[in-house]
Amino acid sequence: MPLVFAGVASHAPGITGRADQADPVVRDEFYANYDKMRQELEATRPDAIFVIGAEHFANFFMNNMPAFAVGMADSYEGPIEDPEWLGIEAVTVPGNADLSKRMISEIMKTVDISYAEEWKFDHGIIVPLHFLTPRYDLTVIPANINCQGPPLAPLSRAWEFGRAIRRAADSVPERIAIIGTGGLSHWPATPDSGKINEPWDREFMDRWLRNDKEGLLSYTDRQAYIDAGQGAGEIRTYVAVAGATEGSTGDLLFYAPIPIFSVGCTLATMKVA
Amino acid sequence: MSLYYVQKFLYELNRDPKVQESYRQDPEVAYQGFDLTDEEKRALTEPDIGLLFVFGVNGQILMHFAAFHQVDWQDYLQKMRDGVDEHGEVRDGVYKVTGYEGVEAHASALGQESNIGEE
Repeated sequence: MPLVFAGVASHAPGITGRADQADPVVRDEFYANYDKMRQELEATRPDAIFVIGAEHFANFFMNNMPAFAVGMADSYEGPIEDPEWLGIEAVTVPGNADLSKRMISEIMKTVDISYAEEWKFDHGIIVPLHFLTPRYDLTVIPANINCQGPPLAPLSRAWEFGRAIRRAADSVPERIAIIGTGGLSHWPATPDSGKINEPWDREFMDRWLRNDKEGLLSYTDRQAYIDAGQGAGEIRTYVAVAGATEGSTGDLLFYAPIPIFSVGCTLATMKVA
Repeated sequence: MSLYYVQKFLYELNRDPKVQESYRQDPEVAYQGFDLTDEEKRALTEPDIGLLFVFGVNGQILMHFAAFHQVDWQDYLQKMRDGVDEHGEVRDGVYKVTGYEGVEAHASALGQESNIGEE
């Protein structure tokens, strides 16, 4: 079936783990929009959600770091973090190895990816699922883009990864939703944690919402690092979703810097019709 | 310096209860198979979160180690700031890409006020 849903969402662990320390007004507005996104997602009746996360050393290390990886198991466990620290209980999430295998086979026609028959979810995937599939009853296909251990795949390859995911989603009979998680500007888990470059974020999202390929691919790692921190490497997940929805336009559901969450909290969808 | 092995040890510790148990029982035994200097072993054993940050350990690895030692979030951030004050700039790894000169200078370079107090 043609792709049924595409969106992007923040995944910072503070969103759930430090919820009690945030300004309740802006926090609750953020949560309400995450729930609105859940309703929009459910309305498209997806059979599976393909989550493009920015893994943070839960499954992969620099001894063998894939640029792109996709999970291929019938179930996944998470979070890898202490449930109390993250504010999300330990859960088993349904997967579908057969569906993964069919999509991976299609993706591999144009992008060389790794597959993984074991995968432990960290906050990069479980925080979005906590809001978007709170009963953990929707089949998940996890994907990862290396955003933390340079050298990182060029943005142009993240775009192509997204195009390949779209082709794969369109090629299977199941109704597939995709979601990119991460970013935008942030300095997570460093002395600068809490710093957010709001103008940079808004400029990035302006390009993303217009699906401005040239604008999105023009960021360099070095300048993005200077302006938006090492967490900005995670824009790859947003670029992949833009690649999967090439030529479309998006809607911003929510954006607000929430320093205690260490990120400008972002929710947006891209039209897929 | 062997940042790679410091991070690899922490990666294994973060995800493997058996390594956590070994580290609790006898850190020297847990470190076997990892090419670590005496300074690195001391920082891991103490633990010296600030020095580990100065070594260049990625925060996405280090924050879990801090949580493992029951270091709360604000204390974790402060320990890294203190580490830079005490030991100087980050020596290796991803944070050395553009240099790391401390929170205030970094905020100034971005044309921002430091927002440490807001967190």
